[in-house]
Amino acid sequence: MMNREVNKQYSSGEVLAPPTERYTVLGWLKKNLFSTWYYTLLTLVTLYVLYAVLKPTLFWALKQAEWEVVVVNLRLFMVGQYPADQIFRIWIALHLLAFTAGLAWAIWLPKARRIGAFLLLIFLGLAALPFISGFSRINWVIFVVAALIGWGLGTWKPKAMRRPLMWLLLAYFPILILLILGIEPILKIVKTNLWGGLLLTMLLAVVGITVSFPLGILLALGRQSKLPIVKGFSVLYIEIIRGVPLVTVLFMAQLMLPLFLPPQIKIDNVLRAMAGIILFAAAYMAENVRGGLQAIPKGQHEAAWALGLSGFQTMYYIILPQALRNVIPVIVGQFIALFKDTSLVAIVGLLDLLGIASTVLAQPEFIGHQREVYLFIALIYWVFSYAMSYASRRLEVALGVGER
Amino acid sequence: MNEAVPFWRDERVLKWIAQIVFLVAVVASVWYLYHNMITALAARNLLPSFHFLKLTAGFDIGEHLIPYSRNSTYGRAFLVGVLNTIEVSFLGIIFATILGIIIGLMRLSTNWLLNKLASIYIEIIRNVPLLVLLVFWYTGVFLQFPRLKQAKILPGPTIVSNRGIAMPWGTPTATWHTYLYILLAGLILAAIVWWRLTLIGKRTGRMPLVTVWSFLTFLGVAALGWGLVTLIFHQAPLALSTPEIKGLRTVGGLELTPEFLALFSGLVFYTAAFIAEVVRAGIQSVSKGQIEAARALGLNGFQTLRLVVFPQALRVIVPPMTSQYLNLTKNSSLAVFIGFPDLYSVAGTIHNQTGRAVEVTVLMMGVYLSFSLATSIFMNWYNKKIRLVER
Repeated sequence: MMNREVNKQYSSGEVLAPPTERYTVLGWLKKNLFSTWYYTLLTLVTLYVLYAVLKPTLFWALKQAEWEVVVVNLRLFMVGQYPADQIFRIWIALHLLAFTAGLAWAIWLPKARRIGAFLLLIFLGLAALPFISGFSRINWVIFVVAALIGWGLGTWKPKAMRRPLMWLLLAYFPILILLILGIEPILKIVKTNLWGGLLLTMLLAVVGITVSFPLGILLALGRQSKLPIVKGFSVLYIEIIRGVPLVTVLFMAQLMLPLFLPPQIKIDNVLRAMAGIILFAAAYMAENVRGGLQAIPKGQHEAAWALGLSGFQTMYYIILPQALRNVIPVIVGQFIALFKDTSLVAIVGLLDLLGIASTVLAQPEFIGHQREVYLFIALIYWVFSYAMSYASRRLEVALGVGER
Repeated sequence: MNEAVPFWRDERVLKWIAQIVFLVAVVASVWYLYHNMITALAARNLLPSFHFLKLTAGFDIGEHLIPYSRNSTYGRAFLVGVLNTIEVSFLGIIFATILGIIIGLMRLSTNWLLNKLASIYIEIIRNVPLLVLLVFWYTGVFLQFPRLKQAKILPGPTIVSNRGIAMPWGTPTATWHTYLYILLAGLILAAIVWWRLTLIGKRTGRMPLVTVWSFLTFLGVAALGWGLVTLIFHQAPLALSTPEIKGLRTVGGLELTPEFLALFSGLVFYTAAFIAEVVRAGIQSVSKGQIEAARALGLNGFQTLRLVVFPQALRVIVPPMTSQYLNLTKNSSLAVFIGFPDLYSVAGTIHNQTGRAVEVTVLMMGVYLSFSLATSIFMNWYNKKIRLVER
């Protein structure tokens, strides 16, 4: 009887949908928090610990902490000693970045409109912060407008804008350096020892990754080379640098670089630190690029040879383009790591985002506000590196980078 | 057609020419830099030599594992720094591994609260520079403890103040040396138990809890030895020393300075986040079929973990774990920023006093390089031992 019923049901063509998991609130709690007696115990203990930790922390952050130290010194944290009348140059660089990012967003992530709009809202929100100057307020608005113009252009003619975007991306680094450093008749030179705060942190990371990129490719090719002397040199360099901490490389750059150079050349603290960071990043970059090179199947080499390409042509036209495309996600990861690692220049006395904290804390009215200052700095680092890693994950998926 | 390839188009010859040109370029530039350096150093009367290591240092180091005073030599000061680095890295590695495994397992747990907590922890820690964390721990936590006069006294007594934490600890007595031999014997006995049990396990196919039994053997011998030594010599190997406040400092017990505590906890909390991800990736790499097969064979949950999941996960975990350990050791050099006298910090002081940049840099880098080499050799050996042996 039962069987016949079931058969009838199936034969009538109505296929039952698979049961979906639906929980009531209580059911969800039971499954995810109180499934067994030891999970119940763990949940309760964790809740108590959370309460015990969060309550005084929140009380401190909202009632006791004096955030004035951050508000008053905001410019110091952002750009350090950079001359106040030249700050518009940093803004121009930022607007150009916003324009480029808008363009890239329209071309590469045409579907992710909602996130883009959300980001723009955040920047507009920054313009509405109560304690920033009118000049910054206007600039945040221009920033958003620049991004919108870029996005509009990209949506209007996505095909035609691909090439300009590439050029913009390639030219951005030299333009950035020219803007910040200056060219004499047009823009006043701002010496590197005046760079500071988040600006210096960012520049150190950008310069480090950009300059170490070609060096890293050379070292990686050297390590793969069949010439024993070249290979030996590359391996030695990479392994020595990777075996020592960054501070020792910075220490060496600070103290030994002036000795190595002829006495008439004098370079300041910031340039020495940059040299150290570049030397350090090149070794890690080489290993990343090598990973990409090793992932290229041997057939590609052989096919290129069979077509009559020379060794250089094979590398330049066949192997490197594929290898570099594959390692983009890893290089983004390295950039984020380097962004965090640049905080080490504070040890050799530079006034980057972390180094400037001691200057701020030395102000007589703000003595003893370490918690506020360091929490603020940690928050800035966190926001930037989290945003970058989130964006790179999204981009990887959208572009299919790293997949073959 | 017996025409030989002319030598300027012979690939073998070209290769050698390329290498020689490269070598000449490298040697020339290194010589140029070296020449500049020697000229500059000669002008300052600081030609490279390591004789300064025998001179009297004349500065104090707050924490030292071997006897040291300001009359000791620079060489000894350097050694103190090296030992401090080893101490904090060794302890850091052990505790970071334990915490990392716990957080990694939390991250895999089906308990929603634990899972979310672990991922929030990992996302916060991994996106903040270690140096910022260290400074925060130091100035924001350990230096904010109450002053010694209002020190918080926890059971033990453990004295918590902004001068650090002092807790009860054993101090060796006259019989400690004798007791060390007994501990050694216990260790040997534990090794024998390990070996025999492994043999039995292999023969019968039922692996006993080898680690637990050998650990119990060691503990048993240690406890028995303690009683025997106390009975025979009427003096326990270790005497309990409790800390107490005397004036402006604490006396007795084990004193942990705020610098050490900040560096240690900073390193542990930071590295644990990375280790947690390594552990999670390792355990997730074991395919579900393995676990289901183990359950089908009648193994219980614990046995499945011990006999099936862990041995396979270990293979994936070991290589990235090695680099985390190396990172921790290298990261301990950030100690200088919060004033813990590690290798880098002591080397910096030596350089400030003597001006010998080149020698100090060479020594410092040499030591870090040998740490890295030693760790990777050990881990490579271990990795080889546990890797998959295919028939």
